[in-house]
Amino acid sequence: MFVFEYDPVLYSRILTGLTLAVHTIFSTLGVGVPLLIALAEWIGIKRNDEHYHLLARRWARGYIITVAVGVVTGTAIALQLSLLWPNFMQVAGQTISFPLFLETFAFFFEAIFLGIYLYTWDRFKNKMYHLLLLIPAALGATASGFFITTVNSFMNAPLGFTYENGVLSNINPIAAMLNPATPTKVSHVLSSAYLTSAFVLAAIAAFAILRGRDHVYHKKALHLSMVVAFVFAIVTALVGDLSGKYLANYQPEKLAAAEWHFETMEEASLILGGILTEDNEVKYALEIPYALSILAHGTPGAEVIGLEEYPKEDWPPLVVHYMFDLMVAIGMGLAFISFIYIVMKKKKSWNPLNKPLLNLIVAGGPLAMLAIEAGWFFTEEGRQPWIIRGVMRTAEGATTSQHVDIMLYLFAALYVILIVSAVTVLIRTFRANPVEKELKKRGIE
Amino acid sequence: MSYEVIGITVLWTFLYGYLIVASIDFGAGFFNYYASVTGKGHVVQKVINRYLSPVWEVTNVFLIFFYVGLVGFFPSLAYYYGTALLVPGSIAIILIALRGSYYAFHHYGNKGRLGYQLLYGATGLLIPASLSIVLTISEGGYIKLNGTNVSLDYGALFTSFYSWAVVLLAVVSVLYISACFLTFYAHKAGDEGAFRILRKYALFWSTPTILASFLVFWAMSDHNSEHFAKMLNVSWLFVLSFLFFVGAVYFIWKKKRLGLSFIFVMLQFATAFYGYGAAHLPYLLYPHVTIYDSFTNDTMAITLIISFLAGLCLLVPSLYLLMRLFLFDNEYVQGKK
Ligand code: HDD
Ligand code: HEM
Ligand code: HEM
Repeated sequence: MFVFEYDPVLYSRILTGLTLAVHTIFSTLGVGVPLLIALAEWIGIKRNDEHYHLLARRWARGYIITVAVGVVTGTAIALQLSLLWPNFMQVAGQTISFPLFLETFAFFFEAIFLGIYLYTWDRFKNKMYHLLLLIPAALGATASGFFITTVNSFMNAPLGFTYENGVLSNINPIAAMLNPATPTKVSHVLSSAYLTSAFVLAAIAAFAILRGRDHVYHKKALHLSMVVAFVFAIVTALVGDLSGKYLANYQPEKLAAAEWHFETMEEASLILGGILTEDNEVKYALEIPYALSILAHGTPGAEVIGLEEYPKEDWPPLVVHYMFDLMVAIGMGLAFISFIYIVMKKKKSWNPLNKPLLNLIVAGGPLAMLAIEAGWFFTEEGRQPWIIRGVMRTAEGATTSQHVDIMLYLFAALYVILIVSAVTVLIRTFRANPVEKELKKRGIE
Repeated sequence: MSYEVIGITVLWTFLYGYLIVASIDFGAGFFNYYASVTGKGHVVQKVINRYLSPVWEVTNVFLIFFYVGLVGFFPSLAYYYGTALLVPGSIAIILIALRGSYYAFHHYGNKGRLGYQLLYGATGLLIPASLSIVLTISEGGYIKLNGTNVSLDYGALFTSFYSWAVVLLAVVSVLYISACFLTFYAHKAGDEGAFRILRKYALFWSTPTILASFLVFWAMSDHNSEHFAKMLNVSWLFVLSFLFFVGAVYFIWKKKRLGLSFIFVMLQFATAFYGYGAAHLPYLLYPHVTIYDSFTNDTMAITLIISFLAGLCLLVPSLYLLMRLFLFDNEYVQGKK
């Protein structure tokens, strides 16, 4: 048996990682899905097409459930930050609480308008009014993603204060919020949320078609979400490339750990997969010459800083390499799948609804979510051993309480219950009321 | 007014907002269960579905706002509480999580299941009980300081008369506030059957509420005589609170002016809540933390206050719209929309 000696820092890290890993599933959908609902409703109004109206309605119905879990896990992580990382929050409160505070306004905005939107489908004569209600809700969700991501950026590239002998001074909340990590991080997080939400919805439509349900409703759902997915797959990859450049300039040790790049050198090659031997030699990996230099600085000859320049106790865990690879591989895969779909759709003689492609789209939904998780584990593990890079170590931020282990088990049980019930309720709701039946009931067919 | 006082006033106001909207919600859970067991479930259920479902997320944000504001304005306080409250705080989070997801899950599947309703009812009482611990602890005497190490003294907490009195007050006032609101809402909806039942609940819970308030006063005089003495200095607020209570109960009794009666309930709690809070100052945590020594830097304070004012400009009209659509729209309330 493998038994940990009780260490509040370790358990706090596991519990934080667990809560965030669960929250991010739902918050990613929370940010992305409103965009798709809005598009569907808008097309429905423009083309006067009842199918799109129903699409918006049904997506929104599932969305309520994911939002609910997003809200409660978000409440959990917010309070846990103080419970598990009191020292960190004391510093964060002084420096970065501005975007945290703004985030609660975004929540208010989202919660209010979402509440109104979901309960007023048939209350307005002009259908545009109903769609207008979704806009503040969608903006609120995106804004909360924006604000919280700036907090995380701050942890990676702290700015806007001076910290000497435990005393903070010269605070500049705006500079702290708009730190060097913010542009790439925020845009990558948001675009990957749209990408993932689109793929998850596309996967559901593709699944229905594979099951032999050939109503045009499913094809419209698939087409809309695949187009959105394609756009954001491209954006995500482009911004991902910029994120690599950000890392090379501001957090070279994270990029070096992700690439097992030990020696500073020019013309560095990118390493895919492989394993690391005891004395840090890379084996069985696929090497792409110059690619790391290009990722880091945009030219094949550029110099890329290696881990050797950092003392060993400041190295991030080297497993982040696999998470980085996983995210990038899935990213390429998703762009490829959506590209093929679009090409096949454009060529009249090709059938985009062939089985292999539909199967790939179905796989794409869960894979996109996996890429989100891999990306976050990469960026959060890659920040170690710092909780605020260069300012405070993770161990200094943690609680000293003696009961974190029990709390970990309690929360793990809670998340299992939440996820299992959310999935059961979703499946049961949509099974009891399939599209075909609802179309008839609403007199659309 | 100093930044410190502005900060705590803003937060206290949001906590008061949470107290009212969350009490309505929490109490509804209990009545829903109780009414189901006694075979009148559908009556309360209708109100829950029509009024509470659209607004539960908003209720939750009041709590988040209070918490985030506390971290922003008083970072050191967050440090003390954060360390001491790991266990009770986590339990409260878990209860809130179960309850919050209940709405969404319940909304579709499992309408009538008694198990769900029990969960919904029980969390409604347990959450206020566990959250009230925060106020109890703020009176001092329950936190042990060992160098820089902060911990909660569970022995002292669970054997303290004061802490049980606060729990009792929290639970009965939740039921009282909720019943008064639901009485008003049922009346507005023109639902005579629901109105009769809910009015009975409201009248029933009024007596324990006022008794528990006196009990807390008495326990406080023993536990923290300094705070008690300061409360006596603002005793007019508590007298006012009592008068509002009498007014509210009178109108419910007479079945008249129920809207005004609920406003009286809100004023009853507002006066007592601000009286308690004002007397608590400058301490946030007796005797370790005051609003002055835990306050954030001035730059952050100004930034937060400005963004708060800007946020209010967005928030107030939106809340107004929400209330207009779900609370003051007679046709909606009566289920015609
Ligand atoms: C569907 C999700 C998804 C996909 C397909 C990609 N990413 Fe990503 N990536 C994320 C989801 C994500 C993320 C979850 O949003 C992260 C974690 C934290 C963050 O800032 O964004 C992230 C972080 C992240 C970082 C670290 C940023 C930092 O620590 O500041 C880099 C360098 C990249 N990504 C690069 C890429 C590249 C080159 C991709 C090529 C296709 C890519 N990502 C696809
Ligand atoms: C939503 C996606 C996120 C996921 C999946 C995620 C994941 C993780 C993981 C796995 C850890 C543990 C790292 C370790 O200690 O080895 C962690 C730590 C932490 N994260 Fe995140 N994170 C996310 C977003 C954020 C954001 C937006 C913030 C900023 C508010 C944040 C704040 C923290 C803090 C304070 C810690 C603890 C300190 C540390 O371990 O460095 N996280 N997170
Ligand atoms: C980058 C990662 C994150 C994103 C994109 C994100 C986004 C969101 C979104 C969109 C919601 C609304 C609920 C929904 O629609 O599902 C939400 C809820 C919430 N999140 Fe996160 N979040 C992230 C990480 C965090 C972290 C680290 C915290 C802790 C400070 C946090 C705190 C909250 C809270 C308190 C709620 C509930 C708000 C409410 O009551 O309405 N989130 N999040």
